[in-house]
Amino acid sequence: MSRAPLPFRRAALALAGATTLLAGCAVGPTKDDPLEPLNRQMYAVHQVIDGNFVKPVAEAYVKVVPEPIRTGVANFSGNIDDIFTGINNVLEGNGQQAGDDFGRVLLNSTFGLLGIFDLASMMGIHKDHKDFGITFGKWGVPAGPYLFIPLFGPTTVRDGTGTLVRLFIGPVSYIPDVPLRNSIYGVGYVDLRAQALDAESVLDTAALDRYRFLRNAYLKNRQYQIYDGKPPPEEDEGDASPPPGTAAPQPTK
Amino acid sequence: MFRTIALALLLVLGTSAAVAQEAPDELVKRVAEDTLTAIRADKDLQVGNPAKVKQLIESKLVPHFDTTRMTALAMGRNWRSATPEQQKQLTEQFQTLLIRTYSNALTNYRDNAMTYKPLRMNPGDTDVVVRTEVTRPGQAAVQIDYSMEKTADGWKAYDVVVAGVSLVTNYREEFNDVIKSSGIDGLIKALADKNKSPPAK
Repeated sequence: MSRAPLPFRRAALALAGATTLLAGCAVGPTKDDPLEPLNRQMYAVHQVIDGNFVKPVAEAYVKVVPEPIRTGVANFSGNIDDIFTGINNVLEGNGQQAGDDFGRVLLNSTFGLLGIFDLASMMGIHKDHKDFGITFGKWGVPAGPYLFIPLFGPTTVRDGTGTLVRLFIGPVSYIPDVPLRNSIYGVGYVDLRAQALDAESVLDTAALDRYRFLRNAYLKNRQYQIYDGKPPPEEDEGDASPPPGTAAPQPTK
Repeated sequence: MFRTIALALLLVLGTSAAVAQEAPDELVKRVAEDTLTAIRADKDLQVGNPAKVKQLIESKLVPHFDTTRMTALAMGRNWRSATPEQQKQLTEQFQTLLIRTYSNALTNYRDNAMTYKPLRMNPGDTDVVVRTEVTRPGQAAVQIDYSMEKTADGWKAYDVVVAGVSLVTNYREEFNDVIKSSGIDGLIKALADKNKSPPAK
């Protein structure tokens, strides 16, 4: 397995150490979300705009467009994602995985008809996910304050910057035909929103406070991605399990 | 004669013991596939008929979860300050919430392909993590891990970790916040209210 260059690893270690220290004396979630009051307002704004305009379109898209076509659309966007996953794996020093990523793009863009068919996955070439936010995180860049941006969703200063870098690079932005370019952005956005419908429904059922649940889940998931699935252990809750012998009551059936 | 009976008895006992000690990864796979097959075969379950989905989950899934332990873990250090009566109510409400959440997840994700990773465990292990993956078109696979513990009653799951997000830990933060502002009874009430709200579409 390839590793990030040493200075970056040191920075990441220092960051990890600092995070652990902070976690140890943390009282609430406010350290990750100093802008919570503003973010909650943004979340409320998002709920109104999304609920009235975007979500109905996404729901209609799922109802009206047949599944094979939606799969093609998702694969097309996924193929572009693979380019960035490859770039970021190069930046992180994961040469081998980057080779797989670019191999996937090559195969899917040609025989997979511009990425509409994900032949590479059918052939068992693993699909990875990397983005600039993850790479910055590996380099030791702290996440910065959590942000909720209407019509965009949960992010942090670091991850949002990563997204801007990606949008700036393209490749859709290089398409000279403006209506075509905008259609690709538009359909891609609706598809992305449609894919989030299921998760959103689960979140709505699970969360006592949707804003908080989503924020905590987002931040945990990003930590997990930055540490390749092995994030540093959190503060130990010590007394979490009931002490042996004192049998906890059984739920009544 | 007696030896034959004793042998037969041993065999029967041996088999049932083997069933009870089904390996955790096999258990996860069997239960998940059983449940998904049941959903795919039944129109009522597919449209999310709440009573039927709930019944399916209670019969197929709940027996394999240690909901009391999950509640205790989600409560963290607050668990000890709760009275036995509060603990009982918390467990009931949390179990209901988990069932509702699971019902929703199952109906929403029933068509996605699941893969089960082989588990490397030592014979003496009593606490393992069973790893599974869900694949969706155009996206990298999502990891779903089950933390499982060996009990007298077979292996039981006490946490589900989706893409690095532990259900129990996420609830711990929620519970902590609610308890800080309105106490344990406030949390019981918040859970009960949540459970009374109409299901999300």
